[in-house]
Amino acid sequence: MNLEAEALTGGFAQPVFNAQDIFRMVMDGMARPGTLKQVAVDIDPPAPLGRAAGALALTLCDQDTPVWLSAGIARSAVPGWLAFHTGAPQTREKAEARFAFGEVGLALSSFGLFATGSQEYPDRSATLVLEISNLETGSPLTLTGPGIAGSTVVRPQGLPESFLRLWAENRTLFPRGIDVVLAAGSDFLCLPRTTKITVKEN
Amino acid sequence: MIPDVSQDNGLATYNFAYLDEQTKRMIRRAILKAIAIPGYQVPFASREMPMPYGWGTGGVQVTAAILGPDDVLKVIDQGADDTTNAVSIRAFFQKVANVAVTTRTVDATIIQTRHRIPEEKLSAGQVLVYQVPIPEPLRFLEPRETETRKMHALEEYGLMHVKLYEDIARNGHIATTYAYPVKVHRRYVMDPSPTPKFDNPKMHMSPALQLFGAGREKRIYAVPPFTDVVSLDFEDHPFAIQHFDKPCALCGADHVYLDEVILDDKGGRMFVCSDTDYCEDRRAHGHAGEMLAKEAAE
Repeated sequence: MNLEAEALTGGFAQPVFNAQDIFRMVMDGMARPGTLKQVAVDIDPPAPLGRAAGALALTLCDQDTPVWLSAGIARSAVPGWLAFHTGAPQTREKAEARFAFGEVGLALSSFGLFATGSQEYPDRSATLVLEISNLETGSPLTLTGPGIAGSTVVRPQGLPESFLRLWAENRTLFPRGIDVVLAAGSDFLCLPRTTKITVKEN
Repeated sequence: MIPDVSQDNGLATYNFAYLDEQTKRMIRRAILKAIAIPGYQVPFASREMPMPYGWGTGGVQVTAAILGPDDVLKVIDQGADDTTNAVSIRAFFQKVANVAVTTRTVDATIIQTRHRIPEEKLSAGQVLVYQVPIPEPLRFLEPRETETRKMHALEEYGLMHVKLYEDIARNGHIATTYAYPVKVHRRYVMDPSPTPKFDNPKMHMSPALQLFGAGREKRIYAVPPFTDVVSLDFEDHPFAIQHFDKPCALCGADHVYLDEVILDDKGGRMFVCSDTDYCEDRRAHGHAGEMLAKEAAE
């Protein structure tokens, strides 16, 4: 399929109900960090955007939300697909982005350039959707914080090397900070800025 | 399951759940940030709703943005399912979303509430949506939004403690009985909406997600499940909930919030559960309070 045709297909078949379905998953995911969610809605975003990341974009992005795309995604058919299905403007300035999408293996040196909001308006911050290889076979990480009864364990595989250090820095900014969604194919889990991540010791 | 949305009568209808999709996305984004920053009031572009401000337009917009065809909706007003506000909001969502409704707390997936938290313990699959008139807990102490925003930014809540202290200085105890301020996740001081302080402990570590919508004031805030919610107090004047001398006159329930009902002009009165569903359920299970037992004996 050529780029143009790829951009026009693969959106929600039932925009109203599909978006509601995905939103409830994201809302529940944010309210219960670390819970594994699976997108069953049949959409087909162009590679390298996974189904879960694509569904999130269709559900939450529109003309009011500048979107930042990592280099690998920006080179693909995704910019056209996003433009056609959501109308979201795309920006190269991380600071302007409300949503940011990163492909598998993205080298992440800092969260700092993404908007973290201000002390008065911490909600004016970016949500980073990070595609990784999978969410089930990595080394175990323990999550604690609001939304989690006691603690929970997640096993993301292929997190950027610097992720845990960046996340610890992100937490010190509270109430400012960015929120992260880890996506792998149809699966995703949410990490709001309040969640504390520690390496699980056996 | 996705309902059939084909229009066979040829007439245009409202979008599902009344709001247009762009409005829903805007509200949904605000809800996600509200959950990520527990207790912080997220500004949102509140819409005109087909009901006046003060009737729960904030709660209605939050409910409309999260509601799906599989949800079961319960609406309560001061604990009751059958008062004007509750009945009309329930009818509204039946009309614009064709959603299943219930009065039973345990059957509901979304509970929109005005000023009460159900007596029945909520579970993980449920979302409680509060209608909030004035979301800013510091508003009556400091009228300027610029100032209260700065106070939240700097975590400067001394004024609120002064207010509670003045309560003690004047009355000997903290005389605030509803909209009793709480601190969420050890950071933001939050107005739990005008619920009686009796309900404050239910917010702490609740398994259900709690969302707050203020339509006129254009704010959304949230308390995620299993989050610390602590009522403000002093070491020598600890927070305490209301206690009632007598159990419910109809169902005999103890440890519930009671409403006073005046019976005649000679000082006759009764105290009954404010949560009508809880009271009816108990009576159906054979519990009888003082009044009911007397009636049965006659």
